[in-house]
Amino acid sequence: MIPLNQLPLGVEAEIEKIDLDKLPLKLIEMGCLPGNSISLIQKAPFNDPLYFKIDESHLAIRKDTAKDIFVRFIK
Amino acid sequence: MSKSLNIALLGNPNTGKTSIFNALTGLTQKVGNYPGITVEKKEGTCRLNRNTKGHIIDLPGTYSLNASSIDESVVIELLLNKNSKDFPDVCIVVTDVENLKRNLLLFTQVKDLGIPTVLVINMADQMKRKGISLNIALLEEALDTKIALVSTRQDKGLEVLKDAILNFRQLSIAQSISLNSIDKEYFKNLEKIFPNQSIYKLWLIITQDINFVKIDRKRISDATDFKTLEPQYLKRLQQKETVKRFQFINKALKQGLNIDCEAAFDFRSRFDRVLLHKFWGYVIFFVILTTIFQSIFDWSSIPMDFIDSTFASLSEILKTKLPQGIFTNLLIEGIIPGLGGIVIFIPQIAFLFFFISVLEETGYMSRVVFLMDRGLRRFGLSGKSVIPLISGTACAIPAVMATRNIENWKERLITILVTPFTTCSARLPVYAILIALVIPEGSFLGFNYKGLMLMALYLVGFVMALLAALILSKTLLIKSKSYFVVEMPNYKIPLFKNVGITVWEKTRTFITEAGKIILAISILLWIMASYGPGKDFSEADQIIFQNYSELNQAEMDIKVNSYKLEHSYIGILGKTIEPLILPLGYDWKIGIALISSFAAREVFVGTLATIYSVEGSKEDTIKNKMSSEVRADGKPLFNMASGISLMLFYAFAMQCMSTLAIVKKETNSWKWPTIQFFGMTLLAYIVAFSTYQILA
Repeated sequence: MIPLNQLPLGVEAEIEKIDLDKLPLKLIEMGCLPGNSISLIQKAPFNDPLYFKIDESHLAIRKDTAKDIFVRFIK
Repeated sequence: MSKSLNIALLGNPNTGKTSIFNALTGLTQKVGNYPGITVEKKEGTCRLNRNTKGHIIDLPGTYSLNASSIDESVVIELLLNKNSKDFPDVCIVVTDVENLKRNLLLFTQVKDLGIPTVLVINMADQMKRKGISLNIALLEEALDTKIALVSTRQDKGLEVLKDAILNFRQLSIAQSISLNSIDKEYFKNLEKIFPNQSIYKLWLIITQDINFVKIDRKRISDATDFKTLEPQYLKRLQQKETVKRFQFINKALKQGLNIDCEAAFDFRSRFDRVLLHKFWGYVIFFVILTTIFQSIFDWSSIPMDFIDSTFASLSEILKTKLPQGIFTNLLIEGIIPGLGGIVIFIPQIAFLFFFISVLEETGYMSRVVFLMDRGLRRFGLSGKSVIPLISGTACAIPAVMATRNIENWKERLITILVTPFTTCSARLPVYAILIALVIPEGSFLGFNYKGLMLMALYLVGFVMALLAALILSKTLLIKSKSYFVVEMPNYKIPLFKNVGITVWEKTRTFITEAGKIILAISILLWIMASYGPGKDFSEADQIIFQNYSELNQAEMDIKVNSYKLEHSYIGILGKTIEPLILPLGYDWKIGIALISSFAAREVFVGTLATIYSVEGSKEDTIKNKMSSEVRADGKPLFNMASGISLMLFYAFAMQCMSTLAIVKKETNSWKWPTIQFFGMTLLAYIVAFSTYQILA
């Protein structure tokens, strides 16, 4: 299990755990929930913000927020 | 008898909700404000059948009923308030076929409020290309609703939607999820205390900062067990609720939705690879921005010249046609120049909103936000500040409102505070006339001096906005939770109708809002310049005659008029502040223009026009009149030093009442507009002072 900000580009992963106290509800409503698939599509310069495909949503979040989401690779 | 149904239109951002609204209502739309707040209220009517009309309210886009901004809370306020005259008989929730799962979250929430709800699945034209197939009958059964599959692009499905609205009484209002399954004890308890209420409504009132008409938040918290109402606990319940809803949605979609990834053709990643490239992405953005500004100036100069000359000749014609008198004077010296000062902005504002609207419709704006976030964060701003900063070049008022989707309060506040530094179109006429007066002809590397000066002023505005942001971010002691979520929508070809309606609405609002102030100011100015206290004003004729008996009649008239102006109410005001502005290189007449510009910058030219036409001959152009103004020592009043000093004053000073009013509303306090007003104006004074002292 790794924090989301360490996920390499283009690798399929699954959300394992999220820090409920830190993440905004909005992110959860957009599909950021354990069990959903996630992959990193693009990084902005200086690797921040990060552009993900989470479930069917495409969204960008900052590195700081990504640290509170933990994922595991799908084998 | 024709009946009218109240219909509320809801949906996530980027689902094409506005396209549906435009398709249903066309140009019957009215845009106003919700009472007391600056959230836009869009309404329109639509004929549903021969004797039924629909009154449609386009509610602000929201991801869920858990509001995180005022725009979103408007949605809940309406849906909870049965006594509102706008309370919907039926709700339409618009979803995008490609984001069904996420979009349906809002649908299940709205339906659980017990309001009949129709589901629109929009952008049906995209299905084939994305390999999506839907079984509408199965989905309707699983979601327990009526579905209209719509494509506004191909004009399909609207009749199905109208039918569904007309038959709203047949829609099920059963709950999608049971709250009891989230926390049995807590919700059973709530049900016991408020027996005849919808539990989901109560739950929304508890978790949001809103009050319901009959039951307010406090009464609920008093009546229920306070211990369980800790925010963290509530948030967990909300998360559980969200999970439950997604489980329900997943189950429904498993039956009715099929995506064949093989058939999908991926435009998105191809475009993203280029437009978000670490180097080329910025180059493309810069090229787009430059092209926009270039074309705004090129394209709008023709209609602007036309408007300018039309108003000038209108004044001339009326002057010869109308009988002489106070009313005619007010009309040709006050009202017409004042109106001309507003109308002349229409081309630029319309073009700018056209481009912004196209950038947003295509989905490119979100990419810019993504690209700029890191860089702007160094200055205490957010990637989302890009939109206000660009819109600010048209007008700061919509720009300040566009800060609303910045989640972080500190970043939002800083954006609001620095946006007025960007060169809005109201500064342009001031710059245009001053540049024409004081900047010499000639060119440098093929660019002419006048053009370069204007570019420099735009640059100065942006740089100052960033600098001020940096200073504010270091000095403002605000701790706020920082998060940033941007949806990256699919790329789309903009719908001409949507762009057209946006341009029309924004321009119209600007003209009516700014217009009222400018018109009032120009009338007030004219009155203040045409009347004065004491004998110096009323007996100006005799005084001049006694002192200058050797002059001929024409020269005498000019002397009398300027003597009168000096002793009119406005002249006295200008004279009073003259000592303050003399070191900046201005005289009392410019002082008057400065004072009136605090209402709105563009009043500057109009004020000088009014002053000079009250004072002297009316046929000459304003530019010629300005260049013939001299100082006490006989040197021209407008020279390089005073001109540049004046332009920089206008670049930095907070001279716009409407913007201050918006800032007050958006920050909900007098503190920030006050700081903004004094901070910017002081800065402007210091810069203008140093400029004049160095250059003169």
